[in-house]
Amino acid sequence: MTAVIETHGLTKRYRGGRLAVDRLDLTVPEGSVFGFLGPNGSGKTTTIRMLMGLIEPTAGTARVLGGTIPGAERSVLPRVGALIEGPALYGYLSGRDNLTRYDRADPTADPRTRRTRVAAALDRVGLTPAADRAAKTYSLGMKQRLGLAAALLQPRGLLVLDEPTNGLDPQGMREIRALVRELAADGTTVFLSSHLLDEIEQVCTHTAVMARGRLLVQGPVAELAAGTRGRLTVVTPDPGDAARLLTELGVAGVSVGDDGRVTAEPPGADTDLADLNAALVRGGVRVRGFGVEKASLEDAFVALTGEGFDVAG
Amino acid sequence: MSRAETGSVEPGERRAVRPVWSWSLGLLRSELGVTLRRRRTLALLAVLAAVPVLIGTAVRIETGDGGTVGSGGDGPAFIAQITNNGLFLVFASLAVTLPVFLPMTVGVVAGDAIAGEASAGTLRYLLVAPAGRLRLLLVKYVTVLVFCLIATLVVALSALAVGAVLFPLGEVTTISGTTISFGAGVLRAALVAVVVAASLAGLAALGLFVSTLTDSGVTAMATTVGLLITVQILGSVPQLDAIHPYLFPHYWMSFSDLLREPFHWEEIHRNLGLQAVYTGVFGAAAWARFTTKDVTA
Repeated sequence: MTAVIETHGLTKRYRGGRLAVDRLDLTVPEGSVFGFLGPNGSGKTTTIRMLMGLIEPTAGTARVLGGTIPGAERSVLPRVGALIEGPALYGYLSGRDNLTRYDRADPTADPRTRRTRVAAALDRVGLTPAADRAAKTYSLGMKQRLGLAAALLQPRGLLVLDEPTNGLDPQGMREIRALVRELAADGTTVFLSSHLLDEIEQVCTHTAVMARGRLLVQGPVAELAAGTRGRLTVVTPDPGDAARLLTELGVAGVSVGDDGRVTAEPPGADTDLADLNAALVRGGVRVRGFGVEKASLEDAFVALTGEGFDVAG
Repeated sequence: MSRAETGSVEPGERRAVRPVWSWSLGLLRSELGVTLRRRRTLALLAVLAAVPVLIGTAVRIETGDGGTVGSGGDGPAFIAQITNNGLFLVFASLAVTLPVFLPMTVGVVAGDAIAGEASAGTLRYLLVAPAGRLRLLLVKYVTVLVFCLIATLVVALSALAVGAVLFPLGEVTTISGTTISFGAGVLRAALVAVVVAASLAGLAALGLFVSTLTDSGVTAMATTVGLLITVQILGSVPQLDAIHPYLFPHYWMSFSDLLREPFHWEEIHRNLGLQAVYTGVFGAAAWARFTTKDVTA
């Protein structure tokens, strides 16, 4: 499988010494929907800006669609559609004129097909009815969609979408996700950054997790979630007895939560969960709920970072 | 129609880059459109167009009883000649607006050129399009130069219209005392406008350089206009005589030498040379700064 994005030791240290991205080795396979996950301030946007030639790396190399960045911007970037840190528009221009403006800046854009391509991009994001209104009258969701339309002016080999659902209402988020799936189905590689775990889980085939400028893990989403085991959870008004009994029954990692829930590592395949439950009840523990909670990407993330997924962090 | 099928090119495939001139002209056209359609630009031009109206009306009212302006001594250049020939309103208006008004509008447009795009966030999208940093900078500079010419022409044409309405037109008496036809006078006025516009090239480059230093359009505009005012003040302090020839507005008023018979080119040449030096120095500084800068806005 060829890599659409490949970085080696990519590092950015800003003036003043702050290390924003630390020796990043990232590989984005062709055709994947790649979720780039991490709390705000973890270096996602700095990485994306380095990949787009906006920021010069302090060290390391980056290749995008086979070209070295910085250096090959003129041959690489026309094949990349990007939405970086939200849309940016000329408020006094109409949606259509905004797209025309960005299209004119593309050295490969054919002026003879411009009108058609702009109309098609507007249509694709459902903005045709508002195309001739000044962009400053657009709602946040419409602006986001116009930004996305700019990324779709040409057939692209790679779409880089930085927090594409930021600030959108649930309906808007669903629309954007549906669009991303549609584009991915066409074979476009999508590189999607987000701090929303469920977004990555819903849309992405691959993911990489960043924290404090460093890459923690990368790989297929299924593998990552599978790597983290679920937890055996007992809901009971008698947590003390439950914990003692479970330990006696040979269950490892038993702990009592503040909410009275008792959790433990799930037992091996040779132990039937029903027997465990029966043993608890025989021991006089009143069981309200019993079962293994499936690991989510969030559990994987917490396991990796050893901390909660603090959005404000 | 085969080109209409470009849309079916494989997404990852490399598309041919259009000829550099065609793409750059497209970008320039877009830039001119974006600049000239801004309400702010139109407001600046409207203010410039109003200046000749004010001067013309004032002169007309004061001389309505058949007298002449003041004692004909002080006051802006060419004011005294307006009552005899409306064409002189063009020269008077340029002389009045050139020290501060006209360059101030240029400072606003030049200062906003890069920094304004940065603060709106549109700069990053232009660069990933990818417009190319040097190309974008050149397109911005050419656009500011075009604005210099348009701004000057707005003053000149407004003055010509007001002059024609309020005052008689006719043969033009040059500063040297000779008389030339009205048609030749209008040609001189056009030449004057072009020279005045070219006088602003140095300031345009300075403003563009300032614009690459910050991500705030307002800061860049205020700094550029502030520099202009500072330089004008320095230029008016006699004790600083030694540095005066190096200040970009020093030869601005030399445009009146075009109203002599024959032309006096010496100061005009010095003026244009000085503008070229400023353009070279600050253009290079803007290039050095903008092509290496991390775009984080």
